[in-house]
Order: sequence, then C-alpha cells, then structure tokens
Amino acid sequence: MDPSELKRFERTFLPHMSAAYNLAHWLTRSDQDAEDVVQEAYLRAVRFFGGFRGGNSKAWFLTIVRNAAYSWLQRSQAHGLTTPFDELIHDVEDGSPGPELELLQSATRQDLLEALESLPVEFREALVLRELEGLSYKEIAEVSGLPIGTVMSRLARARRNLRQFLIDRGAKEE
Amino acid sequence: MGCPETNDLIEAYADGELELSSSLEIERHLADCKACTAALKSHQALRSALGGASLYYDAPPRLRSRVRSAVRKQEKVVSLGSYPGWRWVALAAPVVSIAILSWALVMVSSTPSPGYLLNQEIVSAHIRSLMGTHLTDFPSSDQHTVKPSFSGRIDFSPEVKDLSSVGFALLGGRLDYLDRRPVAALIYQRRKHLINLFIWPSQGGAEAGAVETSLRGYNLIRWTRSGMHYSAVSDINLAELRSFQQALQE
Repeated sequence: MDPSELKRFERTFLPHMSAAYNLAHWLTRSDQDAEDVVQEAYLRAVRFFGGFRGGNSKAWFLTIVRNAAYSWLQRSQAHGLTTPFDELIHDVEDGSPGPELELLQSATRQDLLEALESLPVEFREALVLRELEGLSYKEIAEVSGLPIGTVMSRLARARRNLRQFLIDRGAKEE
Repeated sequence: MGCPETNDLIEAYADGELELSSSLEIERHLADCKACTAALKSHQALRSALGGASLYYDAPPRLRSRVRSAVRKQEKVVSLGSYPGWRWVALAAPVVSIAILSWALVMVSSTPSPGYLLNQEIVSAHIRSLMGTHLTDFPSSDQHTVKPSFSGRIDFSPEVKDLSSVGFALLGGRLDYLDRRPVAALIYQRRKHLINLFIWPSQGGAEAGAVETSLRGYNLIRWTRSGMHYSAVSDINLAELRSFQQALQE
C-alpha cells in the first residue's frame, strides 16, 4: 500500500478506534484481549480496504471488529456463545412499575456492569451497539449480519434479561 | 393498536426506529393504557441507566501507535520515524513510483520533444532535492549571503531575491545539474511547500514569456529573461506559483 492510500485508510478508520475497543472489550471482557482484537481488526481492514466503497465506515469497520472478536472467542474457547439462553417468564407486572423503576434508577455502575456481562455474548453485543454506540437497528443488522427483525428481538430479550438480573439482585439485597 | 402489538413495538418506538404512522398509533394507545405506559417508562429507565453509567471502554492512548506501526509493518510502508530525513523519503515514495512510471511511459512513447524532456528533468531534480538531506548547499535566508556563495562554483551570477515580504521565505542555494550543465538552484518555502527555482544562462538569449506546465502533480513555470532561463517548480497550486513568478519579475 502506498503512503497516500495508507493516509486515507488512517483518516477513515482511526477515528473509530474507541468504538472498536469498546465493542471488543465488551465481547472479550478483557483489556489485553480487546487490544489484540482491535489490532487484528485494523490489520484485516487494511487488507480489505480495496473493497471498501465508501459509505458507513463505522459499521463497515465494526463488522470486522466483531468478526475478529468472535474468531478470538472461538480460539480461546472461553466464550459464551453456547450458553443456553433461558427465555424469561417474568414479564413486567401490569400496574406495579414502581419498585422496578426505582430499582433501575438506583442501579450502580457495578450493578449494570455485572448485569451486562452476565448476558450471552450475542445479546451483549446487540445492547452495546445500541445503547453505548448508538447504532441504528439497520447498522446493528449490518454489523451483526442479521435481519432487522432478529436485531429487534435480540434487543428485546437482552433488555428483559438485563432488567431481570437487576430485579433479582435487588430482591437478594433486600 | 392493542396491548400485544404495542408490546412488540414499544422498544422500537422508544428507540426512534418506527415510522410516523406506527408511532402515532402507539401514542394513541399509550394515552389510555397504564400497563404499556409503565413498560415504556421501564424501558426508558433502563436506557438512561445504561447511558449514564460510564460503561464505555475508551481505547487506551498507546493502542493508537501500536495499531499504526502494526499496519505499517504489515503493509511494508516506510515508518514515519523520528529521523526527519526519512520523512522526505516516505513522502516522496509515491512521487518516485510515479516518476518511474512516467519514465517508463516516456520510454515507450515516440520521440518526446526536448522541452518535455527538460521539464521532466526539472521536476526530477526538484523531487530529488526533497528526498535526501541535500536540499541546500548554502542554507541562508539572506540574499546577500546566498548570491556570493555561487561565485567560483558556476560561471554565472544568478539574481537572488528576498521574497519573504510576499510570503516566500528564502531557505538557501544549491548547485544542481540540468540540461547538461551546472545550474543554480534557489530554494524558497511557502507554508510547508518548497519551491525550487533553477537558473542558468540561455543559449540564444531571446526573451521568452512564462510557459506553464503541470507534470506528475507538480506545477512548473519556465521563462527567459535578461539572458537567463528560469524554472520554478513546486507542488503548490498554480496561482501561488504564478504570484511567486510575478514577484520575481518585479
């Protein structure tokens, strides 16, 4: 790659480094692994750069980060991909939103960290892209390689699961 | 819209992902359904908890340089290291590859004109001066220092003008070789751009107005005045190079 092309590559993708690191960190749950994944993603991206036709560079790059993170998870075997996901039966009870709302409002950073980390990786991924990265459903669909309908149902289940985690923890503490 | 449909769409509604007509229907339903309103509030509370808890992992500063050097290593691009001389090499590398290509094109095209070949030579001399550490033989911003430095080295005395008042700083002088003879080169700087002004005596002595050429991304203006050939070459835009040429003529 000639230096001017490299400059263009860096101008396009270095601004997405924190987004990449945040996603990689939430998927791998480790500082060191997140750094390795981000570096690997940049090395892949520069190889694929010829195929980048402009457009949404963030979604394009996060797709590569996601895939690099999943390759890493598969290699390390320490992943949560096969964690069985229990469909939650506890739905919000009609007419009694008070305690739950309070619980959500008083949740500490540590509560939320643990709640997010407890989610199966694909639900964590959807929630991180949506709530922390602010991606649209369409962008999440692109990054995760899923239909939009699946993105919606994953998000809904992830949120339900997260809420339940916080409620269970609140109940334990009381 | 009833509760089950609203329940399915309430999150998309809160995420701003629904089209207007569906949003309006949901709002109509929410107006008189406490359960769905509670679900919406719970969703919003979760969102603001997640958004406000600094759960974002920012990339550590060292990662940036680590990634940049890994990419350079993989792509075998000369690193922009601390030694300033290498910067020029790295910056000139595309130019050099273009130069080689252009040379190859010259070789296959039939009998290029002498003027074209000289232009090529001038641009190459300009590029060469930027590549190594040999930009100036006598660095000085003082015209009265630069001018005498040429005497005894070449058989003519080039006019050296201080153009700093119009934004072209004199960096110094250099001996170069063009058109099969030694020539004087004056180096001027405009912001980060360098201009080589090559001067040598003309054979016929006829005056010639400015001729502008663009070659390999460089702009080139050549003219003949008072028995001297002048060639100004740089990567600054043509308008600026023109103002440089006009300032010299004044």
